[in-house]
Amino acid sequence: MSTNPSRLVEQLKGGLDAPICLTWELTYACNLECVHCLSSSGRRDPRELTTAEAKAVLDELHDLQVFYINIGGGEPMIRRDFFELLEYSIGRGIGVKFSTNGAFIDADKARRLASMDYLDIQISLDGTDAITNDAVRGEGSYDTAIRAMNHLRDAGFGEFKISVVVTRHNVDQLDEFKALADSFGAQLRITRLRPSGRGADSWHDLHPTNAQQRQIYEWLLAHGDNVLTGDSFFHLNALGEEPLPGLNMCGAGRVVCLIDPIGDVYACPFVIHDEFKAGSVRDLGGFAKVWKHSDLFAELREPQSAGACTSCGSYDACQGGCMAAKFFVGIPLDGPDPECVSGHGEAAMLAASAERPRPMMDHSKPVKVAAPERIPVTIGRR
Amino acid sequence: MLDRRLELDPRVALRPEPFGALAYHYGNRKLIFLKHPDVVRVVRSLDGHDTLADVLRSCEIDEARWPAFESALTALTESEMLHEHQPVATG
Repeated sequence: MSTNPSRLVEQLKGGLDAPICLTWELTYACNLECVHCLSSSGRRDPRELTTAEAKAVLDELHDLQVFYINIGGGEPMIRRDFFELLEYSIGRGIGVKFSTNGAFIDADKARRLASMDYLDIQISLDGTDAITNDAVRGEGSYDTAIRAMNHLRDAGFGEFKISVVVTRHNVDQLDEFKALADSFGAQLRITRLRPSGRGADSWHDLHPTNAQQRQIYEWLLAHGDNVLTGDSFFHLNALGEEPLPGLNMCGAGRVVCLIDPIGDVYACPFVIHDEFKAGSVRDLGGFAKVWKHSDLFAELREPQSAGACTSCGSYDACQGGCMAAKFFVGIPLDGPDPECVSGHGEAAMLAASAERPRPMMDHSKPVKVAAPERIPVTIGRR
Repeated sequence: MLDRRLELDPRVALRPEPFGALAYHYGNRKLIFLKHPDVVRVVRSLDGHDTLADVLRSCEIDEARWPAFESALTALTESEMLHEHQPVATG
């Protein structure tokens, strides 16, 4: 076990027999419409996996010895079979961590959740006050999240997680987020904003500035051991000698993947686009065949070229950053991360083609148009 | 360490991987990489031996490598993957 950690990373890049971190978006339906939603959720997709299909996937994951799954959406609790699938998964030895906006956690549901083993809950919150949060997640969503947290605490759920996407508007609240989590006996999780899904449009206005990136890096060095990050900030490692805690690598298709609500398998939760679709759980051979034999995943497990970053001394530290972030701002995959801390990303974005790839699954709700003015009609009696 | 009788926590699952195995603890949710197939072999052989030294001998681990195994298994006890053998209550 004294093996050099970088050797382990090399081995992980070659892929594992089954994913460590599998995200499964159960539904595209959502009561909210967050401006940075990775999956452009809103409306349910009629092709959504049925209960029986979902259970068959769980059977497969059991056979592959997947220890736990990350369930998301959309809002996963909208599915009528949500608890049925939760219980089935846990019963098969697959622990569940699910992300929710909290709208469907009332006192009863909180007690039911608290009674289950091998279950973690992540409540999404993007501001420590309603104004900051609701600007991104929608009106009333702050109160909704806090109400759910109160229910979980009152039900004795134990240590749930508060999950924050760091933007330029909430980066100054990191200490307050930590204090909020502590006050609930919860654990804080902060992740990187990506230009994926509806984020393709909002990212340019929301992503942290260069100065704020250093702020995040320093904050994580000071607090990182007690804060979860999904190892999503590894591009910041180029800022200093000391690496952030966690695996310094992109896990897409190697240790990570996404199953979307209709069963399509993508390299990671941030690349819902045909170019990163490896197959479907509905294909012959199911999920296992996609994970083990898809051309896309085989390609991602090959050694990757440092491309435009070859001559940069920081490449070993930042690994060229996030594939999804590059893709959706139009930077070639062997180019620099758009948030490259040395500033190479901005130049690359300017050089990128004006035609950026668009996310391919849009389940956003139709834009509301103002209702036509009613014309009063007088109905007379005959 | 060598004279301790260790066992795998029943809440830990081992999944074979090309580099060795992944160990996942369903209780504390820790995920640990066992980075050598011999470590996996030793961990799987803990049951039924009175001391770690016995286990290492039975797995034919060269004595020169024992210190590395001691530190590897110490790390596994610290993450609660392994603990002191607890006799099963009978009756």
